[in-house]
Amino acid sequence: MALKIFTTKRHKPMRWINTKPTRATQIALMLAPFVLLIVAYGFTSAARLADNPADKLLPALQTLTDAVNRMAFQPDPRTGEYLLWSDTGASLVRLFSALGISTLIALFFGMVIGMLPYVRALLAPFVATISMVPPLALLPILFIVLGLGETSKITLIVIGVAPAMIRDLALKVLELPREQTIKAETLGGSSWQIALRVVLPQVLPRLITCLRLQLGPAWLFLIAAEAISSDSGLGYRIFLVRRYLSMDIIFPYVLWITLLAAITNFALDRLRIAVFPWSNLEAR
Amino acid sequence: MSEIVLDKVWKEYGDQIVLEKISLTIASRAFVALVGPSGCGKTTFLKMLLGEEAPSQGVITLDGVPLIAEPGPDRGVVFQRYSVFPHLTVLGNVLLGKVFKRSPMAARLFGAERRAAIDEAMMLIAEVGLNGSETKYPAQLSGGMQQRLALAQALIMKPKVLLLDEPFGALDPGIRAEIHVLMKRLWHETELTVVMVTHDMREAFTLGTRVIAFERPRDRPEERERYGAVLSRDIDIWPPRIAGEPSIFAPDRDDPVIALGLGQDDLAPQGDIVP
Repeated sequence: MALKIFTTKRHKPMRWINTKPTRATQIALMLAPFVLLIVAYGFTSAARLADNPADKLLPALQTLTDAVNRMAFQPDPRTGEYLLWSDTGASLVRLFSALGISTLIALFFGMVIGMLPYVRALLAPFVATISMVPPLALLPILFIVLGLGETSKITLIVIGVAPAMIRDLALKVLELPREQTIKAETLGGSSWQIALRVVLPQVLPRLITCLRLQLGPAWLFLIAAEAISSDSGLGYRIFLVRRYLSMDIIFPYVLWITLLAAITNFALDRLRIAVFPWSNLEAR
Repeated sequence: MSEIVLDKVWKEYGDQIVLEKISLTIASRAFVALVGPSGCGKTTFLKMLLGEEAPSQGVITLDGVPLIAEPGPDRGVVFQRYSVFPHLTVLGNVLLGKVFKRSPMAARLFGAERRAAIDEAMMLIAEVGLNGSETKYPAQLSGGMQQRLALAQALIMKPKVLLLDEPFGALDPGIRAEIHVLMKRLWHETELTVVMVTHDMREAFTLGTRVIAFERPRDRPEERERYGAVLSRDIDIWPPRIAGEPSIFAPDRDDPVIALGLGQDDLAPQGDIVP
């Protein structure tokens, strides 16, 4: 009788946690929810329009593309601008200047709080408290103090985003192994040299990741500020056409904002890998 | 010269006494291996030599000058982990000490100065057997290679004292034996006094000129807080190892410092008659 310890036949199916999709299946699965959403929308929209051809809530796909065409590729009869692009430009200028300012603030304060015990004692509790203030509650104050222009909108985003980034970065600095700092000291490094050559290069990849995580909140504050007071921008347009129940414009705008945020997110991650190749080696 | 003298050194953390009345003289160019059970203060002792911790009582002097409680370039260190910088290549890691010394503000070197520093670093990289890996990042190196890198990085400062905190503890036996050979050669060739903390008795007796053991004489739970570890054994290796001089007594013990030809268990080279 043959020993039946090693058999090639599987008696039990593989565990679910060990079954993996092939590349093709993976792509199909990735696309499925998107396709499903569009199809579901198409059916629901058609059903509502069959009931009431004047329904504005779920416009037909054709109406949506018409709206996109009107907003993106035909000049506005009043101002002569291509509204989608001028709105996008206005919003992105606000968003990116605010994110740029927040990044610089976070880098500076995150590093000094993380590295210097005196500054940590002075500022860490303060920043932790500030980050608990709901930024939208400050919006009226900002509008009163800074006026209705760009400054108040950019400030709102900075207030909303920077404290979280500072805390994250300070934590990252503190997480650097103590051995590394000691080693740098035995190599004769001063505080400044260690900051420049040991700490800074290691927190920069984290700063980029941190920025990616803050994209969502940044867009939220941007659209909130534009909704309340503005004369251009993606958020402004959405809240303007809301009055006419123009879902044909709102839907494409929301999609467009999502796409912009997703592209920024992806590009930042690629940037991190390109500039700091070592930061991806450790993850493996 | 680099003689370390500890005079009645105590270390306490709050109520917890860790080390009691350690008096010790470590001769210049000695290789001291520090052994003892876990939690007996070996690493605390090393931290005091490093300057990371100050003694609660007593004085530590290096060449007669009291140590300041801050790590500095006269004392190099290699830890078990995290000794090298993950964001720098092998060359960048070795170069860093030079860069810190020459460029206080920009912390970068340029032109001829950089080339000279690179030449020196390359020699050291070759010395520890990492040539060919200059452009790799530490994450791309094996554990043994990372420790070789850490040694090269520390040695470019030409420190008086090299402190090793279980540096080879995480390596597998084969790699560990190789790095022991390297360590012994570096000790012979450079002007180093070495203090090494280790769990491995064999390692202590293979490398050291002197083996020191810390132990808690009172180790009952109720005593543990109020009584620290003391120096319980202090063994000079015999026959003595002397830095820079190959051992004449047992050459195999200190391989490959001196070659005495083939032993009886070695394979004879093909076509040659062994005298």
